[in-house]
Amino acid sequence: MEETKYMNPYLAGVALGLLLLITIYITGRGLGASGAFKSYAVTVVETVAPSHAAASKFYEDYSKDHGSGSPLMNWLVFEVTGVLIGAFLSGLVANRLNFKLEKGPHTTAKIRIAGALAGGLLWGIGSQFGRGCTSGAALSGMAVMSFGGIITMFAIFAGAYAFAYFFRKLWI
Amino acid sequence: MGPLVPDIISNNLNLIVALVIGILFGVILEQAGFSSSKKLVGLFYGYDFTVLRVFFTAGIVAMIGVMALAHYGLLDINLIYINPTFIWSAVIGGFIMGLGFVVGGFCPGTSVCAAAIGKIDALVFIGGAFLGVIVFAEGYPLFEPLYMAANLGIPTFYQILGIPQSIFAFTMVVFALFAFWVASIVENKVNHIERAPIRLTPYYLGIAAIGILMAASAFTFPERKAELTQLVEDTNFVQSYQVNTISTDEFALCLLKTRECDKLQIFDFRSEENYKKMSLPRSILFSLENMFEKEPNLLLNLKHKLKVFIADDEWTERKMAIIATELGYKKINILKGGLDGFKEQILNFKPIENPKTTDEIDTNRFRSEAKRIIPVLIQNHKPTGPVERKLKRVIGGC
Repeated sequence: MEETKYMNPYLAGVALGLLLLITIYITGRGLGASGAFKSYAVTVVETVAPSHAAASKFYEDYSKDHGSGSPLMNWLVFEVTGVLIGAFLSGLVANRLNFKLEKGPHTTAKIRIAGALAGGLLWGIGSQFGRGCTSGAALSGMAVMSFGGIITMFAIFAGAYAFAYFFRKLWI
Repeated sequence: MGPLVPDIISNNLNLIVALVIGILFGVILEQAGFSSSKKLVGLFYGYDFTVLRVFFTAGIVAMIGVMALAHYGLLDINLIYINPTFIWSAVIGGFIMGLGFVVGGFCPGTSVCAAAIGKIDALVFIGGAFLGVIVFAEGYPLFEPLYMAANLGIPTFYQILGIPQSIFAFTMVVFALFAFWVASIVENKVNHIERAPIRLTPYYLGIAAIGILMAASAFTFPERKAELTQLVEDTNFVQSYQVNTISTDEFALCLLKTRECDKLQIFDFRSEENYKKMSLPRSILFSLENMFEKEPNLLLNLKHKLKVFIADDEWTERKMAIIATELGYKKINILKGGLDGFKEQILNFKPIENPKTTDEIDTNRFRSEAKRIIPVLIQNHKPTGPVERKLKRVIGGC
């Protein structure tokens, strides 16, 4: 069966904007993603090396900010679990479910895997500095007109355009 | 009034809300094409600007929406999460993420979305992001100075620029429309499409019309507080506005006969310092800000209460009562002559010499009695301090 076409981008944008608005109205906070990665990372470290976590300032600050209880009882962890389910259902309906390594036409699978790993690593570090990623800092920050959020948004775009030339072989 | 968490929707139910919102988020991202790294990075090589279109449309829709909700008093801006600003951390973090975008082809949200439909590169990306957080955590002592530098608190962009919210929002919408236009031109050029990128078809006209309407609507939802504070600077407007006034005698009577007048609720708009020095029974310290906040304004909504605004002078009372009335609160009264007048006529009452009419005799009798008793009531009243606020700003962010 053929893949269904993607949604009109402006329509998708309006839908996403309204979802973000409803989220802010109900919960008082925006959407996010990288926070869930952080919660999982903290959980793993606290489980695998509890004494190390207890002695490290980052984990200590995390528990201070997020209160007691498991880091996985976190709003973003539930939200990202929802994203996983929602995207799967959408892919199912649109006939896009299949195991696939997507890469540019002039690159190898090995390079693509290395790039994905390095890119993920950079996002893991960058989203801590930015106090959120494209969803939590840039998009949600724009909705509430936060100075920091919008600065992060422009920095992400500026950074990507600045480095795009050097990594063009990966994609075109 | 929003946010509905935590008083209307409990913190536990909120997690279920998160799951449902996440599912919708995932569906929208996947349907928009965010599950493909090639489509995502198209933005940076000019062959596919889907991300830009979806992202900016969503941003301006939510932004105008937040403004509208706040304007109509449906959302308490003081309770929602506003991303804190640590300038250098934000800029450097953004650059690192931008680099990660062209190297990895995803951002965290889209990687989850792509992994869900089986993209192997996305799974690897998620593993990388996970390691990245641990790298940051382990190197935290090293990163902390930068991470914490230049903390500006939680300013909005328009506050930093010192311009009204409406002008900033308008500029953002126009910026987005301009970006869409440029994107369409670049996209066609890169993909060698000869057609004009924007044509006079109903589709493009519709988008342009909605865009212009959104830009204009930035001015329809001005910030309530700024708008109303400015409104009451107009002397003629304040003078001619219909505000219900209570005479000092009536007010004094109400204070004396608390049993019959137990519906009295006084809102004291003086400074906290003056309020602590002397406060009337059945009064609460209130401020201009309180009128716009979710929890304090529950008091203003109480029905069957005689709500009286007091301040030192009647003019301030009038201004505050006008703002409250404009915000939709009903049956707000003010004290004639303000507290200054009340002090002069009641608390420091000097009997009329040689009263002639029965009216004057009655006034003398009543006010002397009030002058004797009310100070005792004031003595016995323990000022409660500012109106209590249990709700704290929501903790959000990643």
